[in-house]
Amino acid sequence: MKRISLIVVLAAAMASTRAQQPPQPPAQPPQPQEIETTITGEPGSPPRLAVPEFIAVSKDTESVAIAKTISQVLFDDLNFEREFALIPRDVYSTAATSFSDVPFDRWRELNADGLVVGTVQKTATGLKVELRLFNVRTRQSAYGREYSGSTANPRLYAHQISDELHQSQRGLKGVARTKLVFDSDRDGERMGGTIENRGVKELYIADYDGENQRRVTVSKTLNINPAWSPDGRSIAYTSYRRGGGQIFVSHIFQALLDELTKGEKVGENWLPAWSPDGTRLCFTSTRDGNSEIYVMNRDGSNVRRLTRHPGIDISPTWSPPGTQIAFVSDRGGDPHIYIMDADGSGSPTLLTREYSDRPTWSPAPYNEIAYSARTGPGNDIKVIDLASRQVRQLTFGEGTNESPTWSANGRHLAFMSTRAGKSQIFTIARDGKNVRQLTRTGSNQQPNWSK
Amino acid sequence: MTRVWGTTVLLLMVMSVAGCGKKQAPIARPMPPPFPGAISTPSSRPPATPEPVAEPTIVPPEPVRDDAIASASLDDLNRNSPLKPVFFDYNSSDLSPDAQRALDENAATIKKYPSWAVTIEGHCDERGTAEYNLALGERRSVAARAYLVSLGIPADRVRTVSYGKEFPFDPGHDEAAFRKNRRAHFVITAK
Repeated sequence: MKRISLIVVLAAAMASTRAQQPPQPPAQPPQPQEIETTITGEPGSPPRLAVPEFIAVSKDTESVAIAKTISQVLFDDLNFEREFALIPRDVYSTAATSFSDVPFDRWRELNADGLVVGTVQKTATGLKVELRLFNVRTRQSAYGREYSGSTANPRLYAHQISDELHQSQRGLKGVARTKLVFDSDRDGERMGGTIENRGVKELYIADYDGENQRRVTVSKTLNINPAWSPDGRSIAYTSYRRGGGQIFVSHIFQALLDELTKGEKVGENWLPAWSPDGTRLCFTSTRDGNSEIYVMNRDGSNVRRLTRHPGIDISPTWSPPGTQIAFVSDRGGDPHIYIMDADGSGSPTLLTREYSDRPTWSPAPYNEIAYSARTGPGNDIKVIDLASRQVRQLTFGEGTNESPTWSANGRHLAFMSTRAGKSQIFTIARDGKNVRQLTRTGSNQQPNWSK
Repeated sequence: MTRVWGTTVLLLMVMSVAGCGKKQAPIARPMPPPFPGAISTPSSRPPATPEPVAEPTIVPPEPVRDDAIASASLDDLNRNSPLKPVFFDYNSSDLSPDAQRALDENAATIKKYPSWAVTIEGHCDERGTAEYNLALGERRSVAARAYLVSLGIPADRVRTVSYGKEFPFDPGHDEAAFRKNRRAHFVITAK
């Protein structure tokens, strides 16, 4: 889907709309619609926003259904970031039939600061979606966009609208178009070459909200440790298709597969992590007889060893500038998190003193590392602030909770939890609120959230 | 074929080490077919025996009649494996006396069937995290392999793989299940 134009000559479209409808109030005078303004709420409170159902300009069943979907998904997308106080949708219904007859008085009664009005119209080539954000007090359009594309995935219109609204109104990088990748045994296929009853694990991707779950590997073996490349076009992961764990990169939009640790006869290779610029990966390997951290170019060349310690070193993650790598080592007994320079020089510094695994460095502006910590019989997700070294806990003993991964804006985490029975993928806000379960079929592990 | 060829190579190596001067009857042969109760000692060939014969006679192995293990298919073998799993303590790859006893028996069996290739899988219980358990499972499989090698099993006959906690043998969530899942599991991959 491609955005054709930033707003906005709506007059023509609105004229044709009105032609099909009962007599309308006179058109509003032309407004300076290129100028975007920001909707504000009461001092100290987020703006109160209403997102009524979009107006289906074409009245066929599909258009009506698409209008319903887009407005509901947009509501959910906006709600996810909690930048707006969304007025619950059950207290209102669509009262407008077009952009020109919005009953602002009634929206003021609901104390709405902003009102999103959208229209959906089928066209010869697909779909046209128009959107306006009105300032309810001034009755001015604060923001407008027009989108056109196919009817295949209406949710994507909502995701793009949400991301652009957040950017325009709140200066926030939304994550509505990001995706998760994780491993799952949901298809129930059996692993070959063994008499044991073992289910294969394949990689699946999903929208950030858990919709559109799709399988991306078909190698009928153990495929784990997926990691999105920073450009979101490739997934590095560990596959056991050669017997032991080896690192592969699947370029999912080109149907190409690279085997990065090809020809490594000795040892296994796990847990690839992309450098922030996408040119290199650090990973864990036992090629030299012990589990150590290595770095290589994205084509598998130029492998260099970063750690040298007889303990287990595993689970590397890059700092946002790519200058440091945090990893897990049991050189002090239990596995703890250490930080070293990205070239392996100097001696690593100890970060956590409890059983900890799978550190994942937050994106800027936060400077935190999320990890899975042993808290009892199971593990919980914790976050350590690197400046203050203060630790906060996000989950509290509901099942075991592992493998956290940050959203690109650092405001959310996805993780695996067994709180609902089998292991499933959940998301949670960085303050521990807003827990959502994204997967329900089979068991699902080791999520990774795209940039 | 692999075995015969291996023998040939060994003979040639022995020749080159010991020199070709002495004229003695060839004594090295392909391995005798194993049978129950036999104590096969493939590694106890006299190392200094010279071997002047350029083309040793290739004797195909005799069909084995009495050995159910040797005649079973790989899948059947692994289903009732003569190789015993080795169990570990929590978060440990140390070999307990029990583990060493099991490995002693496994080593004897592997020696008895010199054509076998074996993979040792390292497994963990679910309490450790998935990522760390990959390395812990590797530790366990490597510990078991190192012990076998110390007993004279050729290193190239034993591969290792770590499955972390991906494939528990007992899906339960109690200590009884965990105990079964902290193991080095033996798989015969060629015979």
